[in-house]
Amino acid sequence: MSLNMFIQHFINALGLGALYGLIAVGYTMVYGILRLINFAHGDIFMLGAYFVFFATIQYKLPWGVGVVIAIAGATIVGLLVDRIAYRPLRSAPRISALISAIGVSFFLENLAVVVFTGMPRAVVQPDWLMRPIPLGPLGAIRLIPLALMVPIVSFVLVGGLLWIVYKTKPGLAMRSISHDIETTRLMGVSVDRIIALTFALGSALAALAGIMWALRYPRVEPFMGIFPGFKAFIAAVFGGIGSIPGAMVGGLTLGFVEIMSIAFFPNMSGYKDAFAFILLIVILLVKPTGLMGEKMEEKI
Amino acid sequence: MSDDKMLDIQNLNVWYGGIHAVKGINISINRGEIVTLIGANGAGKSSTIRSIAGLIRGYKGYIGYKNRKGEMLRLNNRQPEDMVKMGIALSPEGRRILPHLTVEENLFLGAYTRSDTAEIENDIDYVYELFPRLKERRAQKGGTLSGGEQQMLAVGRALMSRPDLLMLDEPSLGLAPMLVAEVFNIIREINRQGKTILLVEQNAFAALSIADKAYVLEVGTVTIEGVGTELLQDPRVKEAYLGG
Repeated sequence: MSLNMFIQHFINALGLGALYGLIAVGYTMVYGILRLINFAHGDIFMLGAYFVFFATIQYKLPWGVGVVIAIAGATIVGLLVDRIAYRPLRSAPRISALISAIGVSFFLENLAVVVFTGMPRAVVQPDWLMRPIPLGPLGAIRLIPLALMVPIVSFVLVGGLLWIVYKTKPGLAMRSISHDIETTRLMGVSVDRIIALTFALGSALAALAGIMWALRYPRVEPFMGIFPGFKAFIAAVFGGIGSIPGAMVGGLTLGFVEIMSIAFFPNMSGYKDAFAFILLIVILLVKPTGLMGEKMEEKI
Repeated sequence: MSDDKMLDIQNLNVWYGGIHAVKGINISINRGEIVTLIGANGAGKSSTIRSIAGLIRGYKGYIGYKNRKGEMLRLNNRQPEDMVKMGIALSPEGRRILPHLTVEENLFLGAYTRSDTAEIENDIDYVYELFPRLKERRAQKGGTLSGGEQQMLAVGRALMSRPDLLMLDEPSLGLAPMLVAEVFNIIREINRQGKTILLVEQNAFAALSIADKAYVLEVGTVTIEGVGTELLQDPRVKEAYLGG
């Protein structure tokens, strides 16, 4: 493999991994607070992609406007999912909320089929994202701006999220809720509001991931959230569910394993999706708390 | 003591997991007092204090609280987070500090309802003055503190909301006698600086020594009430709670 090819694969893996990470962050945040796997998260990702598709391709709005609409739309749906499907079950056994999550996921997918039809639609990428720019000595390496934009935007977003979680007051409340909801309420925190904020942030990131996904793989369809959702979930477990840096590390690991295994062993490409699940099995056997997950000590 | 009634509980009945834990008790606290509820496990002390804090809801009876503007408010069925804003703070049983947050973060969390950054910093310094050991450990995770230090952190954290009424649920639990004395001295000090205190305790001797008024609870009813130091001499209290 030439160096040029390797760099192409490397950037490709970085982009895919960053997107997995961006989705995984949403799983890990909700799990960290509610101990709930939000199965609808992958479908919020799908809706983000659809919203930007309709805004820019169908209604010819500028991309900037479309992105804002998609983020706002997905955030509203995320908040509604929490309000309607999870909040009434806050004091119910955890398995009830989990089943509710699966129900919401099926509902959103099939609603999308009814409203948007099941037919995949092509996304027309804006030219300026696709025009290759020569890099390196003598311009030997040619990359499209999109390939660089995806990982950069993802890392900036996760950096911003880390800042919110570790440097702001609502972030402090989030970290507190994840350990002890009752005590957090005694400190004057409106827990439901902080949980809503968590869903809003997770959904906004999922929408952005959906938009970038739709630009990389230029089409949208109602079930496009399922596999990226599964893999991002695996990434979150791999990195240690509950840990935001862990989710990012997990996502990148997954992205590199997937892209590089095909790059070096092209005839394995049929097994592409299996690698994620093999990774999940291995981590669960070797270190069930994930790479950066903290051990959940029982409260005394 | 003035007769400025701050907390007024009338005919409180609490059911806890099907058990009638508190059976029609009446308690009143005047502004500036230390009032203690003592009694054995299961007497209904914690149920009472948790009802005031809004952690237990659906109780029967009346709980009235006079806020700093002098308005008497009915507390029934308000959310715990609203109590903090009204000036009531609870340091819960078992300390419940957040083990994965630093000492300082725990204190900042206590000031969650406030937005006066400079004053919050001042209050953190004030807590460090009360408990110098917390200052040494300010960057340490709460979970690495000893039991006594965690208790100090729990009290300090409750102070951070600048409450008018500070409720402490079993602050002596699991502490060595030396530390109990230290913590109770500080409770008295906090009271002298103007905070009204409701203290729930199993350690009757320590609690009665500092209390202006005390209620003895037995299986959900108030059996004895009176001035703290007088109850120390009461033969019934002596026999049941002070080891004769």
